[in-house]
Amino acid sequence: MHDKTIAQLSAALHGGEVSSVELTQHMLQRIKDHDGRLNSLVTVTGEQALEQAKAADARLASGNAGPMTGIPIAHKDIFCTRDVRTSCGSRMLENFISPYDATVVAQLQQAGAVMLGKTNMDEFAMGSSNETSYFGAVRNPWDTDTVPGGSSGGSAAAVAARLCIAATGTDTGGSIRQPAALTGITGLKPTYGRCSRWGMIAFASSLDQAGPMTRSAEDAAIMLSAMAGFDERDSTSAERPVDDYVATLGNDIRGMRIGVVREFMGEGLDAGVGVSVQAAMAGLTRLGAELVEISLPNAGLSVPAYYVVAPAECSSNLSRFDGVRYGHRCEDPKDLQDLYERSRSEGFGPEVKRRILIGAYALSAGYYDAYYLKAQKVRQLIAEDFRRAFEQCDVIVSPTAPGTAFRLGEKADDPVSMYLQDIYTIAVNLAGLPGMSIPAPASDGMPVGLQLIGNYFDEARLLNVAHQLQLVSDWHEQSPAGFE
Amino acid sequence: MSLTPDEVAKIAHLARLAVTPDDAAALGRDLSNILDLVAQMDAVDTSGVEPMAHPLEMAQRLREDRVSEENQRDRYQANAPAVERGLFLVPKVIE
Repeated sequence: MHDKTIAQLSAALHGGEVSSVELTQHMLQRIKDHDGRLNSLVTVTGEQALEQAKAADARLASGNAGPMTGIPIAHKDIFCTRDVRTSCGSRMLENFISPYDATVVAQLQQAGAVMLGKTNMDEFAMGSSNETSYFGAVRNPWDTDTVPGGSSGGSAAAVAARLCIAATGTDTGGSIRQPAALTGITGLKPTYGRCSRWGMIAFASSLDQAGPMTRSAEDAAIMLSAMAGFDERDSTSAERPVDDYVATLGNDIRGMRIGVVREFMGEGLDAGVGVSVQAAMAGLTRLGAELVEISLPNAGLSVPAYYVVAPAECSSNLSRFDGVRYGHRCEDPKDLQDLYERSRSEGFGPEVKRRILIGAYALSAGYYDAYYLKAQKVRQLIAEDFRRAFEQCDVIVSPTAPGTAFRLGEKADDPVSMYLQDIYTIAVNLAGLPGMSIPAPASDGMPVGLQLIGNYFDEARLLNVAHQLQLVSDWHEQSPAGFE
Repeated sequence: MSLTPDEVAKIAHLARLAVTPDDAAALGRDLSNILDLVAQMDAVDTSGVEPMAHPLEMAQRLREDRVSEENQRDRYQANAPAVERGLFLVPKVIE
């Protein structure tokens, strides 16, 4: 059962071959049996899941069910879930029980999805390896001495090990796509504004986006349909109707122009990953698409620009954690200053503190122009590079990550080396474009991701290309050993 | 770009984070490395380029000035560390 996709399970549920309660019980048992080795879940909501499954079965029986009804999923612990702990991977929110549901959570619940629990993540979404979580590192099911990537490492590991059928993730600099690449699953970051950020704990408000993490592009299309849409409560939500992502999956991609980013295929890319990505791209040409080389001349500046913009926005967003209204409070604060300083210093881990400090520095008097303003101008240049590139092609491809999953602890002492994990993904967030990672052939037995980048609100085309490739290849059907 | 422990202390104060003298040295080094990464932006001339705050062409939406939320104070205060009669308790602010 757990090897099946949303599409297959939905058919089975609607056909009465299996009930959501059976499916949910099965997945909860799998979590008990296997998650000890992975640490992918922070909170398991067993009782609630079974109640939701019962309700889903009732809807399926009365003919009032959709494609997500009865499907067991998990939510990244950055999404507020009503009456359930929402920790954001941090000591700061270790005991925070959210009084409301994030819009994305509410929409999936309305669609009838069953929540198995909350997945582990890098603290406050800051990281590329899921090693900064207060609740301990997550391990990659393909090799438990390696990282699953981050910050949505828990969601990626859980989906890859088939402990849930799909999961939600968030992506600010690559946090859906990079872990999807390292664990061999499909992850999509929609266009900025496509999914509501209401109830999604903010890291960098001009970059954050929610998205589906699944085992196929078809599943991502189904799940995105339930997640996307205008939300009045999110002032950055796009007032734009949601495309029918599933309807266009079957379109022929012959003649489509696929741009290959010259700057992303050279130095810094692991040779094995390069070979794998070339093989995936060859798959696209066999389908009749045409590869054209394109250039993003300012792409090399995306990591420097991001490490100003994102920390600056995070220093502002995390200032709400002050020990006053919710979250961790230090013992016996002697005055207000002490309350703030100790609550925050005790509640936040070292990576979060580093980023808050860089952000505060970049925004402080005398440095704002040299750093923040400069970074925003570089951001404009990067967006313009993409605009020009999309005049020559319909979809852009590149590797998702520069290598395969690295060993736990390998990059722990070198923050900058960790930041470079996102060299191919960050530009996409800076421009606000939709991006996706799908499995390419493995390299030395470890998963590799092919990144697809689309024009604004062109998720349907990305999903179409990905799905067509998945119809003629089986890289996305591979599963890690030991989790059968 | 090297940050002194003094500068680290100043920024830490701005961010309301406590940094011990021991941490300050290591933090100074980490932050300096990040600033070296960031300095790569100086390689490009951006005079005349519009800063981009936001990926979408949109202005802040406004709505009717009408009450739309119901009072759920008790529910929202359930996570508060210290509450009395609906008020959040903090150490004395005014001397």
